[in-house]
Amino acid sequence: MGWALALHGGAGDIPRSLPTERREPRLATLRRCLDLGAAALRAGRPALDVVELVVRELEDCPHFNAGRGSVLTADGTVEMEAAVMEGATLRCGAVSGVSTVVNPVSLARLVMEKTPHIYLAFHGAETFAREQGVETKDPSHFITKDNIERLRQAKEANRVQIDYTQPMKGQSPQETKAPVDDNSQTGTVGCVAIDAAGNLATATSTGGLVNKMPGRIGDTPLVGAGTYANAICAVSATGKGEEIIRRTVARDVAALMEHCGLPLRDAAARVVAGTPRGTTGLVAVSGAGEVCMAHNTTGMFRACATEGGYAEVGIWTDEADGNGASVSIGL
Amino acid sequence: MGWALAVQGAAGAISPSLPPELREPRLATLRRCLDLGAAALRAGRHALDVVELVVRELENCPHFNAGRGSVLTADGTVEMEASIMEGRTLRCGAVVGLSTVVNPISLARVLMEKTPVIYLAFDGAEAFARDQGVETKHPSYFITQDNIERLRQEKEANKLQSTKGQSPQEIPSPTDGNSRIGTVGCVAVDAAGNLASATSTGGHANKMAGRIGDTPIVGAGTYANALCAVSTTGMGEDIIRYTVARDVAAVMEHRGLPLRDAAVRVVAGMPRDTVGLVAVSATGEVCMAYNTIGMFRACATEAGHTEVGIWTDDVDANGESVSIRL
Repeated sequence: MGWALALHGGAGDIPRSLPTERREPRLATLRRCLDLGAAALRAGRPALDVVELVVRELEDCPHFNAGRGSVLTADGTVEMEAAVMEGATLRCGAVSGVSTVVNPVSLARLVMEKTPHIYLAFHGAETFAREQGVETKDPSHFITKDNIERLRQAKEANRVQIDYTQPMKGQSPQETKAPVDDNSQTGTVGCVAIDAAGNLATATSTGGLVNKMPGRIGDTPLVGAGTYANAICAVSATGKGEEIIRRTVARDVAALMEHCGLPLRDAAARVVAGTPRGTTGLVAVSGAGEVCMAHNTTGMFRACATEGGYAEVGIWTDEADGNGASVSIGL
Repeated sequence: MGWALAVQGAAGAISPSLPPELREPRLATLRRCLDLGAAALRAGRHALDVVELVVRELENCPHFNAGRGSVLTADGTVEMEASIMEGRTLRCGAVVGLSTVVNPISLARVLMEKTPVIYLAFDGAEAFARDQGVETKHPSYFITQDNIERLRQEKEANKLQSTKGQSPQEIPSPTDGNSRIGTVGCVAVDAAGNLASATSTGGHANKMAGRIGDTPIVGAGTYANALCAVSTTGMGEDIIRYTVARDVAAVMEHRGLPLRDAAVRVVAGMPRDTVGLVAVSATGEVCMAYNTIGMFRACATEAGHTEVGIWTDDVDANGESVSIRL
């Protein structure tokens, strides 16, 4: 069996025409994270440590919508959220509405480990961060030029953009104007892992939706929606938060495996296929060492590796750079 | 088949020695809510309307931990949360961290119906409330003497601090026999077969400011789909990690179990003394299950079954009870 690891940097309508300068830095980060995670697993680190360290890397990378590089709310601010969950124990931690914490996923882990609570938000979460002495920075640290531009475009288009949204067909000309860099930096980041001892864990982090109402919470910090792990599998989802919430995506993958005896791949495919087209992606690993990366969007930034030596990095389904039979499913 | 309705006003370590002056007002409110909900269902109102109006009544009653009468945070403030879900469409709405909104459940519904957002919290939720013109009052309106006293006792017991992770079972019950936790909720299936669920709470006495519990989390404290509608109450953190409300529906769907068996299976799988739930199914089944000492509850069906109670030996029912204590 052995360890396995999968991570994502957001699912959405990622255009095939995405220029190299927008594609390569992200792929490079995904590869680097994959290497870091695999090395940690090889060294015997527990799954919870691994998913946290991988997501921290993704949060620190300004090209992904988490931590630095988070998309902006309608007020031009950053409100980040994250969650972690440990499969063997069902322990979990989540934060929402953080604006100064450099690594929200680590704060979520501290909520899990240092408080009797699971979920802290906004002022309470920020206060806790200071009490715990985690690294914080001025809110301006998290705001990138790309995201200021993206917010401006979203306001102009007067619509909420989801992950990597391209101009939607059938809309009036002014609404179909493509973002200047044709690159929606929306999305989510996440990582799931099973370690050498068979422990499962998941972690997800995001800035949410561009131009979201301040105070809007998405699926990422909601256990069972964007993040879930139990003894059967670990799941991290990405996409249109509201659809993932109402369909309890992450929880449903595990439920199908448990109640219907489906292998991970079939459970993931079924859950993703059950959501509206273009809304959902997920990465998952199971207690039996299966790995699956499924999406019903145009693409999903993703990567995975197994102890057995399989590795895959990709965005769409036909260009995935894998050294064996792909574990990706594009629906 | 016909319509059915179930209401809860919290599960927990409700002492059987709870004196009448603390018991009767709550039972009276449960009966009144049951009558209001049943009348609405008989009049053909939609399940969504019914669960909202019942939960509004419970929020307005200062004896329950929701709306006015909410327990206090460690800072002595009120942070209310609520969610609502419609089974047929999976539409839902949730609000968190409210301090001035008289009826959080109604704000959750407005959010669901007026915006593409499901979940709105704290300052953003308060701003939305003002935009929508829902009824608001000064935060002091929500704070009752009982809850000031309850907070004082909690702090004295000094068991639930931000740096400790003590099991809630280790915390002694407050001397007034009231639970430190609590929630209100309502589930209904109407004459047309529509299912809906609504839950509302002030959360956990002495909770860290900013702490969110299970109540506003779809799948944990509240859930409804085409099969059933569930509203839970109890230890929020356990309900979150066990995705209680969602699991009842999942077990019905995937295992083909009737509502009662599904509810029992889910509740029995939880740590002792952590959870209670009320649920109705599309076929008109009703179930009220809990693994705590008691749960304030009531239910009614079109067929004429009614039931009101707290424990198992006090149930005032006109037929075979649908309550299960595990």
